Amino acid sequence: MIKRTRWGFLSLTLAVSLFAILPLQAQESITAVTEAVAVTNDDGTFTEAVTVAVEEAAPSGEPSLEDRVADIEAYFHNVDRPSGDASKIKVPGPGHNAWQMMSTALVLFMTLPGLALFYGGLVRSKNVLSILAMCLGIAGLVTILWWAVGYSLTFSGGNAFIGDTAQRFFTGMAPGNVGAGYYWISDYMWAMFQLSFAIITPALIFGATAERMKFSAVLLFTAIWMFVVYFPLAHMVWAVNGFMCGPLNADAGIKAIDFAGGTVVHMSSGWSAVILCMILGPRLGFGKVPMPPHSLVLVMIGTGMLFVGWFGFNAGSALGSDALASNAFTTTVLAAATAGFVWGMLEWVVRGKPSVLGFCSGIVAGLVTITPGAGFVTPTSAVIMGVLGGIVPFFAVVYLKKALGYDDALDTFGIHAVGGTMGAILTGVFADPAVNGVLSSMNLMDGLVVNQLKACALTIVLSVVATAIIAFAVKFTIGLRPTQDEEREGLDTVDHGEEGYIFDK
Amino acid sequence: MKKIEAIIKPFKLEEVKDALADLGIEGMTVSEVKGFGRQKGHTEIYRGSEYTVDFLPKIKIEVVLAEDVVEKATAAIVKAAKTGKIGDGKVFISPVEEAIRIRTDETGDKAV
Repeated sequence: MIKRTRWGFLSLTLAVSLFAILPLQAQESITAVTEAVAVTNDDGTFTEAVTVAVEEAAPSGEPSLEDRVADIEAYFHNVDRPSGDASKIKVPGPGHNAWQMMSTALVLFMTLPGLALFYGGLVRSKNVLSILAMCLGIAGLVTILWWAVGYSLTFSGGNAFIGDTAQRFFTGMAPGNVGAGYYWISDYMWAMFQLSFAIITPALIFGATAERMKFSAVLLFTAIWMFVVYFPLAHMVWAVNGFMCGPLNADAGIKAIDFAGGTVVHMSSGWSAVILCMILGPRLGFGKVPMPPHSLVLVMIGTGMLFVGWFGFNAGSALGSDALASNAFTTTVLAAATAGFVWGMLEWVVRGKPSVLGFCSGIVAGLVTITPGAGFVTPTSAVIMGVLGGIVPFFAVVYLKKALGYDDALDTFGIHAVGGTMGAILTGVFADPAVNGVLSSMNLMDGLVVNQLKACALTIVLSVVATAIIAFAVKFTIGLRPTQDEEREGLDTVDHGEEGYIFDK
Repeated sequence: MKKIEAIIKPFKLEEVKDALADLGIEGMTVSEVKGFGRQKGHTEIYRGSEYTVDFLPKIKIEVVLAEDVVEKATAAIVKAAKTGKIGDGKVFISPVEEAIRIRTDETGDKAV
C-alpha cells in the first residue's frame, strides 16, 4: 500500500512512467504487470486504481534491442549473429563484403594481367601472345563452367568428395544472402571470390607447357581438368562437408588445413604441370638453342602485380576485414619479401650475380609457400617460411630440373609444386591457435603435420593420375603439340594470327 | 668506283661519319648487324639455364666512292674507328660495276 503522501504520489508517477518506457526495451522478458493503487485526495475523493498492463513482447522472432546490439558486435568480430535468422542485419556486412569484393578483384588481377605478363615475359617473343591468350581463354572458359555447374559441384551439398548440381546456374542464390562463405559476405561474392581462384589455378599449369602446346589442347585439357581435379579438390579442402576440410568438417577424413590454397591451387597446378610437360615433351631445340626470356621487364611488372594481387588471395581468404585478415596480410608481405631477398642473395653467392629473375622468382616462391598458412601462422613463422621459400624452390629450379631433364619451361613445378608442398607441411609445423582459434575449437592441432602430409599425398595422387589420363586423352584425340614447323614459326601467328610486337613503323 | 664496307663498334659511328664528312663524303648506308671475330661474347644465366651469347652487336657502313678518294676515305675510317682493343672491326673494299642516281638518271662517278 503506497502512503498518501506527496512523495508517494511522485514515486508512483515515476513508476508508472518507467513502466510506460520499459515495454520498448525488454519486450521478451516483460509479461503483464498490474499495479493497483488507491489514492485518497485531499478533498476526500478517491482516485481510481491505476492499472499498468504491459503488452506481451512483440510478435515472436523479433529480436530485442540487446540482441540487435549483439548482432552489431558480431559484425565487428566477424562471427555469427546471436539473433540467428531473426536478425535485422542478416545481410552482407559493408566492411567485410567490401574487402571481399576488393580481394576478388585483386585475385582476378593476378591472372589478368599479372600472370599473363609474368609468364609472357619469360617466353620468346614469337610466343608471347600464346601466353596472353591462354590466360584470357581460361578466364572465360572457367567462368562459364563455374556459373553453369562448377560452383555448385564445389560448394553445394553433395558428399565428402564432390558437391551436387542444386545450385547450377546459381539457382536459389541471391546477392543479399549470406552464409555460403561466411557470415558477413554476400553469397555472390563468395562464388566470385572462389571463381577467381578457379581461374588462376589452371592458368598456372601451362607455364610448364609453354611454347609447344596448341591453344585448342590448352582449352580442352582445362575443361576436363576442372571437373576431374579442381572442383573435387576445392570441395574436399574448403566445403563444409569436405573430406579434407579440418576447420569446418568435424567428420573430415583428413583434418587438414589450407588457408588460401596451398593444396588446391599450387600443389594441384604444379604437380599436374610436371606430368603434363613430360607427356608433352620438350621444346624443339631444348638444351641446344638458347631460349632466354624475351622481356624481363614484363616479368618484373607481372611479379609486382602478383605480389599486390596476392593480398586478395591470402588476406581475402579470411572472409572478412578483421584481425585474421590483417594477420594473413602481414604474413604474406613478410614471407614474400624475405623469400625474394633470400633467392637474390643466394644467387649472388652461388652464381656470382643477383638477377632480376631471381628476385622475381623468389617473391613468387615466398607467396606460394605462405599461401596455405597465411591465416594460421605468426609473423615470425612467416619470415622463417619465407627464408625456406627462397632456398628450397631455388634448388628445385636450378638443380633438380637439370638433373631430371624435363622441360618445365617456366618452372611451374619448381615454384608451385615444391613451394606449395613445402608450405602445406610447414603450415602444419607452425600453425598457432593464438593466431586462429579454429585450430583449437575444431581440435586440429593433434597430429596436424601428419594430416598435412596425408592431404599432400592425396592432392599429389589426384593431380598426377588425373593429369596423365587427361593428357593422353587429349593427345590421342585432338593432339597436344603443333607441328615442328608451326612450333618453329611461333604459336602467336599459328594459333592466333597475330604478332605481339610490330616495330617496323 | 669502289665500295667500302666497314664493320665497326657501334659507339664509333658518329666519329666515323664526321671523319668522312670532313673529306666531303656525305652519303652512306648504315645497318645494325651482329658478328664476332676474336672478341669473345658473354654468359647469361636465367634461373639456372646458362646461355653463351657469341654474337656481338656491330654497325656496318657501306659507301660507294669514286676511285680517287677511296684511299683517303679508308684511312679516315680506320683512324676514327680504332680503339686498339679486340673487336674494332674490319674494312672491305670491292669494285663496283655501275651506279645510278635514281632522281636524275646520272651514272658512274656523277652518281656517287
